[in-house]
Amino acid sequence: MFEANKYETVVGLEVHVELHTKSKIFCGCSTSFGAPPNTHTCPICLGHPGVLPVLNKQAVEYAMKAAMALNCTVADVSKFDRKNYFYPDSPKAYQISQYDQPIGENGYIDIEVNGQTKRIGITRLHLEEDAGKLSHVDGGYASLVDFNRVGTPLVEIVSEPDIRTPEEAKAYLEKLRAIMLYCDVSDVKMEEGSMRCDANISLRPYGQEKFGIRAELKNMNSFRGVVRGLEYEQMRQADILDGGGVVVQETRRFDDTQGKTFSMRGKEEAHDYRYFPDPDLVVMHIDAEWKERVRASIPELPGARKARYTSDYGLPAYDAEVITTSKKLADFFEESLQYTKDAKQVSNWIMGELLGYLNANNLELDDVKITGQGLGEMIGLLEKGTINGKIAKTVFKSMLESGKLPQQIVEEQGLVQISDEGAVKAIVDEIVGANPQSVADFKAGKDKAIGFLVGQVMKASKGKANPALANKLLLERLSQ
Amino acid sequence: MSITLKDVEHVAKLARLELTEQEKEQFTGQLNAILKYAEKLNQLDTEGIEPTSHVLPVTNVMREDENRESVSNETALKNAPDEEDGQFKVPAVLE
Repeated sequence: MFEANKYETVVGLEVHVELHTKSKIFCGCSTSFGAPPNTHTCPICLGHPGVLPVLNKQAVEYAMKAAMALNCTVADVSKFDRKNYFYPDSPKAYQISQYDQPIGENGYIDIEVNGQTKRIGITRLHLEEDAGKLSHVDGGYASLVDFNRVGTPLVEIVSEPDIRTPEEAKAYLEKLRAIMLYCDVSDVKMEEGSMRCDANISLRPYGQEKFGIRAELKNMNSFRGVVRGLEYEQMRQADILDGGGVVVQETRRFDDTQGKTFSMRGKEEAHDYRYFPDPDLVVMHIDAEWKERVRASIPELPGARKARYTSDYGLPAYDAEVITTSKKLADFFEESLQYTKDAKQVSNWIMGELLGYLNANNLELDDVKITGQGLGEMIGLLEKGTINGKIAKTVFKSMLESGKLPQQIVEEQGLVQISDEGAVKAIVDEIVGANPQSVADFKAGKDKAIGFLVGQVMKASKGKANPALANKLLLERLSQ
Repeated sequence: MSITLKDVEHVAKLARLELTEQEKEQFTGQLNAILKYAEKLNQLDTEGIEPTSHVLPVTNVMREDENRESVSNETALKNAPDEEDGQFKVPAVLE
């Protein structure tokens, strides 16, 4: 049984992020996802003898950008090394990676858990090539290899062992993902494998300085998977320690369906990668001018935006956090504010109607047609009284589907709120005449009856009557 | 630094080489002779000299991020010992 007051959990994460360049890191093959097997390969990425890799400049710049956004120091001199191992997903029997001179070192990101800000150190960020994809056939006796993914540029981001709970691990991954999205260096989709996470986890008696023996967890394919894998492992290791046992240092695979981790026996053999500088690739010199140019391309990051939304627009911290998690959503929010001054109202519509609709239908902002301008102008129409809240919901739904601006929707569908006294009065007269019982109830002191009558007026007007006006005219009529 | 029989066994295992006892003995001797020859380099004074990771005096050789045509699936698989569904077929490696 894991008890938080008995053991302290220590977690460090290794995250791989695929960079979304058009071509691979060392050759011109496409990096696009989902092509038929082995159709995006060439002699270079297939590791044929005598070929020479040539480095993709964009991959280097994306890695620099990511390193800077994670507050790393970017190296002046960086190089590539060969990491040697035999495995069928690697055609060359080595992976081109970086050993002792990574692109970035000594960074950090700030995460928020339970309203507290915590800084998680980042040891290093290095550039490397991805491996191929294996699928097992013939009852596990053979494997099929697709090399389309071989050579896709990756950055590996290694955190310090600063994470103490599964929740902190999740917050770290979410923040990392948001920063990568803001920098526009990757799609960072865990489900598609463009973001992958391994975790080192150990337990130590509370108050002890020295780290316990760790296990390395693999195959956690979602944020939830990471949390579940770490929770299971906390429990497993606590049980071992409680029983006076010793945790074995090993690699363990998380099984998502069972929610458990299993030892990967084949990995017990100690790795000896025999890194050495890749003689096919020359050293990179990253001068101040290049660094400055890349730094200038980094947009305002989520932390800074969040601070600005609370101070400049007076948004509650929670609203600002939710809206800045996605750059596209934050951009949408800001676009809306060019058309209305009411930031809180914009935030309410985003957090309520928009995110509600997207989540319910499992969609992303890109999948719907509404624009920030549309939402901003719609709030403007609400303020002017052209439409009421009920009509606004209809307009909003129509904007999601058509992308038309609210003014056009209102005109096409005849949704303008009826604020003309004479027109509303005619409906009021009709409703009062048709509902003698409610009128009598109201006159007998049942105030609730007025709600029913207003509802009937709204219904008769197909939701278009100005509710405040309807209320006022009804009261006038009933007090006659 | 001298190479032991154990080192030869370790390196052979990493390289997936199966060596006879006689070969192990033989390579231990040969590798030691090669290292001894290379040890002459230690006589040079390298005080204050940066380690060399590459002998060419060039840096920053890079290409723009542009696509070039890949080879066909048939060509890619031409040297494959076995194939299935357009993929390389290999004995399973259990992990």
